[in-house]
Amino acid sequence: MLKMTHLSKVYRTHMIETHALRSFDIHVREGEFVAVTGPSGSGKTTFLNIAGLLEDFNDGDYLLDGVSVKGLDDNARSRLRNEKIGFIFQGFNLIPDLNLFDNVDVPLRYRRMGSAERKERIEHALGRVGLSSRMKHYPSELSGGQQQRVAIARALAGSPRLLLADEPTGNLDSLMARGVMELLEEIHAQGTTIVMVTHDPELAARAQRNVHIIDGQVTDLDDAPRLGGEVAAATAAAIAD
Amino acid sequence: MFSYYLRLAAISLKRNRILTALMVAAIALGIGMSMTSMTVLHMMSSNPLSHKDELVRRVQLDNWDANRPWDEDNPTEPPDIMTYQDTNNLVNAHKAEYESASFSNVLPLEPEKREVKPYMVEALFATSGFFPIFEPPFKYGSGWSPAEDRSAARVAVIDSETNDKLFGGENSVGRKVHLGGEDYTIVGVLEKWNPTPRVYHVGNGAFNDPQSVFVPFSIGIEKQLNSNSNNSCFKNSEPGYAGLLASDCVWLDLWVQVKDAADAQRYAAFLNDYVNEQKKSGRFPRPLNNRLRTVSEFLEAERVVSRDVRTQVWLAFAFFAVCLINTVGLLLAKFMGKAPEIGLRRAVGASKPAVFAQYLTESGLVGLAGGLFGLVLTGLGLLALRKLYAGTSIERLAELDWSMVFASLAIALIASLIAGLYPTWRACQVQPATQLKTQ
Repeated sequence: MLKMTHLSKVYRTHMIETHALRSFDIHVREGEFVAVTGPSGSGKTTFLNIAGLLEDFNDGDYLLDGVSVKGLDDNARSRLRNEKIGFIFQGFNLIPDLNLFDNVDVPLRYRRMGSAERKERIEHALGRVGLSSRMKHYPSELSGGQQQRVAIARALAGSPRLLLADEPTGNLDSLMARGVMELLEEIHAQGTTIVMVTHDPELAARAQRNVHIIDGQVTDLDDAPRLGGEVAAATAAAIAD
Repeated sequence: MFSYYLRLAAISLKRNRILTALMVAAIALGIGMSMTSMTVLHMMSSNPLSHKDELVRRVQLDNWDANRPWDEDNPTEPPDIMTYQDTNNLVNAHKAEYESASFSNVLPLEPEKREVKPYMVEALFATSGFFPIFEPPFKYGSGWSPAEDRSAARVAVIDSETNDKLFGGENSVGRKVHLGGEDYTIVGVLEKWNPTPRVYHVGNGAFNDPQSVFVPFSIGIEKQLNSNSNNSCFKNSEPGYAGLLASDCVWLDLWVQVKDAADAQRYAAFLNDYVNEQKKSGRFPRPLNNRLRTVSEFLEAERVVSRDVRTQVWLAFAFFAVCLINTVGLLLAKFMGKAPEIGLRRAVGASKPAVFAQYLTESGLVGLAGGLFGLVLTGLGLLALRKLYAGTSIERLAELDWSMVFASLAIALIASLIAGLYPTWRACQVQPATQLKTQ
């Protein structure tokens, strides 16, 4: 699903050159749930931004769903982000002027879907996160946990193959964090590939596989998934039943 | 997607009402100022005969003094009015499709109704060609014939206001009107007619109302009247009215209508031949310098639209530009405040063109709102002008027509889109990764 080979990313100002990622290699298979950990400034967010095509890289290669993203123009990258990737941010990033329905609608609008299909997807996504009854509410009327659920619904509405989560529980208390984590596990169980950046070892332990980054390099690659793709598929089937 | 962008723009504008009000007010003020002065200019520079501009020609012959030009400031310019003898010769030669020779003067009008007191009316003494050339719309009847011109028949065409006053608006064709001590048979009644500018006679006010009564040119000559407008001589003429008619004094408007461009050329050649012939008898001491201008050329040459009015319009548009620069700043502040939302939209799949379209739509909506409020201000500005210049020709010019309404909205929209270009471009440069990280 996601394969980076000898990837490097350098931030340059006229005075300083910072190597955020160097000779970075990672391979996330379809259906995996990978937790990316590491100290602050280790390059976790840079990795996630590059994985989500929000930033370009300097060297190396990145295959997303088997397609090299190197040299793609802005339109092609936007289209890939829209169709294949869902984002969950620490700060939720909901648009305060729009109600929940319209917030979840945002990525679908750029896919030029008909209104009936969009409505169905939005209602389904909000239903999945347990907020069907709050469609006309505004983000400010919700708790932090509920806002993050809306952000997850927004990410899910477009049926992405890859879900990128940057500290998804970082702004939540432990009870709400547990609820969000259970939701992510459920989404993963239904077949979505998830890459989650976190500081929290407890959350990381619940992922299939952990990747540890220090100084822009993968230092501890646990390459033996704790839960294989077949098991994920079986779990998905069980939930569906 | 456009309807989506419109909805987002409306939401965004409602959210920050003060900023929105400032932007709309800036554009509205600029539009109000510039469109008020534009409307006056538009009315002044309109051409009521634009549909046959090339066919209707003003005849100008340079019969003036050999040592002193007609216009000291513009020495190549021939007189813009004509002598009687040349006018008479050219009308009688009848080389054009129609000829309109005219002058105005005042006559006393004695109504049949006792309850309406006698009053003075301004009459236009014109040849029959006046009606087909200037096409005043008739409510009843028509103009008179060339034969009635020649015989100085006592016939008259009156305007609708006079018809209302004398005959209660009824069809008065065939009835009599007592003018200057004589009865005239009414042959036509005009609809309300206000050519702006009053092309056929710009001499004593291009924006004055047309005359109330129209009678044959030959009657004016028979009654030994001259023009109540311009009468210019460069040398003394023989005494009496016969002396005026035989003199080189200019006082008459002469227009002709030709069939096409080739006919206009033929007529110009005829004028040259005529002047060369006149030179043989000692007239026309200056080099051959005739003009056969189209209506628009004549209005331009006469400077019907003064330089002051044009300067005023430029100043108003300069003020509008200042308003737009303010709007650019306000839009920039607004759009930069939306950086987190832009970052989010980019992250979930909005391309740069999509972001551009969204924020340009918002700029356009601000412009339209500014345009609408600007129209209200334009209306108020014109109302103030009408009050300020009540009773003058400006009063009639300060009217908003549909073309100016659409022009105001179009200018507001285009200007706001231009004003929105830079802020929108800046919005497109927002780096989603930076914005999402800072949340």
